[in-house]
Amino acid sequence: MKTFRILAVSLAGLAFAGLAHAAGGAKHPHAPEGGWPFEGATGEYDKASVQRGYQVYKQVCSSCHSMKLLSYRNLGEKGGPFYDSAYPNPNDNPFVKALAAENEIVSPTPNDVGEFDLRPATPADHFRSPFPNTAAARAANGGALPPDLSVITKARHGGASYVYSLLTGYPDFALYEDRITEENGETVYTTVIDMAKFEKLGEDMPHHGPAYLIQPTGQYYNPYMAGDTKPNYLGDPRHAPPGGFLAMGPQLTDGRVEYTDGTEATVDQMAHDVAQFLAWAGDPKMQARKEVGLATMVYLGILTILLWFSYKRIWRKVEH
Amino acid sequence: MSGHESTYTPNSAFERWLDKRLPIIRFANDTAISFPTPKNLNYWYVFGGILAVCLAIQIITGVILAMHYEASVDGAFASVERIMRDVPFGWLLRYIHANGASMFFLAVYIHMFRGLYYGSYKAPREVLWILGCIIYLLMMATAFLGYMLPWGQMSYHGANVITGLFGAIPLVGESLQTWILGGPSIGNQTLQRFFSLHYLLPFMIAAVVILHIWALHVPGNNNPTGVEVQDVEKDTVPFHPYYTVKDGFAIAVFLIMFAVFVFYAPNVLGHADNYVEANPLVTPSHIVPEWYMLPFYAILRAITFDIGPIEAKLLGVIFMFAAIAILFVVPWLDTSKVKSMRYRPVARQFFLGFVAVCLLLGWCGAANPDDAVIPALRGEASLVVTYTDAAGAVASSTYAGGDEAYEAAEAFMATLPATAGASLEAVPAPTFLFRHLSLILTFMYFGYFVLLFFLGLSEKTKPLPESIHKSVLKAHKPKTGTAVPAE
Repeated sequence: MKTFRILAVSLAGLAFAGLAHAAGGAKHPHAPEGGWPFEGATGEYDKASVQRGYQVYKQVCSSCHSMKLLSYRNLGEKGGPFYDSAYPNPNDNPFVKALAAENEIVSPTPNDVGEFDLRPATPADHFRSPFPNTAAARAANGGALPPDLSVITKARHGGASYVYSLLTGYPDFALYEDRITEENGETVYTTVIDMAKFEKLGEDMPHHGPAYLIQPTGQYYNPYMAGDTKPNYLGDPRHAPPGGFLAMGPQLTDGRVEYTDGTEATVDQMAHDVAQFLAWAGDPKMQARKEVGLATMVYLGILTILLWFSYKRIWRKVEH
Repeated sequence: MSGHESTYTPNSAFERWLDKRLPIIRFANDTAISFPTPKNLNYWYVFGGILAVCLAIQIITGVILAMHYEASVDGAFASVERIMRDVPFGWLLRYIHANGASMFFLAVYIHMFRGLYYGSYKAPREVLWILGCIIYLLMMATAFLGYMLPWGQMSYHGANVITGLFGAIPLVGESLQTWILGGPSIGNQTLQRFFSLHYLLPFMIAAVVILHIWALHVPGNNNPTGVEVQDVEKDTVPFHPYYTVKDGFAIAVFLIMFAVFVFYAPNVLGHADNYVEANPLVTPSHIVPEWYMLPFYAILRAITFDIGPIEAKLLGVIFMFAAIAILFVVPWLDTSKVKSMRYRPVARQFFLGFVAVCLLLGWCGAANPDDAVIPALRGEASLVVTYTDAAGAVASSTYAGGDEAYEAAEAFMATLPATAGASLEAVPAPTFLFRHLSLILTFMYFGYFVLLFFLGLSEKTKPLPESIHKSVLKAHKPKTGTAVPAE
């Protein structure tokens, strides 16, 4: 029996040690340098970063991705990026009103003659969806459905780090090569990536090149995307790179957004900001949660201490 | 013990009036205040109280959540998020309820292992144990039904897998499955009935809990020695204040752990896929239940072979339900006269092994059955070239080794004509997989109960203490030569 126990423990130990080496699947997402300000028991969102992130979402992501669970008023609620203590009701906040009014939506309620007008959104309206329905969204995106981003950081392992890693994880444009081949008398255009030059892969980089990955038409390789690269890898399938293909190409290029606060819009900065904005959007009550959590911990801590001494006192004369 | 004399004296005219008509205060007093409880109960015995708190928390938060929840396939997912965003403290209610399920199961597992260790299922407590098993079964049903309600990907596909199990039952399976789902597949009607039943079952649990406590108060508590109370004066203390304060302390410690999850890691016990709205057309790559179901899920998937006319799928279902059903007959499987494992040195070792088996089964349930248990020990994959040979038959050629194997395979493929349609594939090296481990652990799980039967007939036990009182004194006996006061 002892042997069994020792065996079981060592088996578990070995297996956990092996987990670190488990190959395959997508690359593990990583946080930006310095980590996220909202991590930890007292961490908070960086308000300026979430504000910039909204700008990135508005000007880049929102052309394909909806955020159906959010309303413009959420931006001005406590804990939100544009909260102003002068306006406890965000529907009154002129800045939030102006942000909402930038978006033209189809009114969800009919007008006097039963038609649905186009009108500027109010803070009470939901975020404008880029497509009227999923069929339209697919049709406009080569059959792929851009996921709703309302809770994307809760819906992916790694959360904000996943969004950040994905957006900054695409190979540089310099690594793409166009190939033109003749097949059965037809000219075939393919894009390949030389993985042996893709240094961001780190230890997953092929040892010796060239090792080409064929990118399917309308698809883009990303090491953080869940998927399988084996069928598209021209090389030893045992060393196929991590990740997979997605229909969204690299969206962020330096200066794609002109930040209103003057911050330099590098790819890393924009990915960082939009990931933090999405983290807020998925968990807007985080700050309230941590505040109530602290009070609860203090209360329960004191209660526990009092109960411990009560217990010791009540039982002091009983042998047990 | 039900035989204990009532110590209640009505102090006011109203109490005397009520006591003659409905002696409810007397009942409460005798049950929760003066009830004689063995004085040697350790901290493993606090989980009953903790479980009562868990049930109350789940019912209270659940009733409020139900006021805001919308049981429809179009609205369920959004309504759960609306609760977290727009209902005042809705995030708190929902996170308490979701994590509360995990806390409930954590406590119930410790409670059950405690019962198994101290022999709390043995005469005269068999009915008490069986009622506990019924509560556990109802808890599993409630948790499963509740997991459907957020209408996420894991909700939908998990429910699909589990209701599909009923389809494995011969003859009636398919009609039974249709009857449960309310249609040929999961739809709005399924969600609504799951919601209805999820609201109903906790009250059934509460009813069985009352029976459980009643059945506890007839023979009285078991205790770590397994020796029954002989002298109420010497062996027991009244439940209040002795155990109310001890349980209260333990509950407060438990709530601290609970609060850490609720406030600082509310989603860590859940699965990210459940924040993706259910989509019947997209199946998650890896369907797993909540952690507390994992050991049974591992048993379900461990059986991958047919036995005679019984198909593997049905066999898996039989083993999974048998793993729970066997708990009901433990009082008769264990033949030992000695209750507590403290005095059964051999059985004790096997008990600890059984706990390890259950934990490892949980680990197997979380893993992909075709993954290596110890990836570090797995050799390098070999390369297989599959092609059509000159005769038109499918042939393959295998290359093992490092980079040179790839070069050899490539060179071989270059020699083949284009019509051969050669393809290269990596075949993982054979190794010890999770489904192998699951199968071994499944037999160890059932083996433990078989072993209890034979061990009880032959094992040599340690001498039992004469009484609870004596065992307590022995544990506190001062060392010789110290603190002997001079006359």
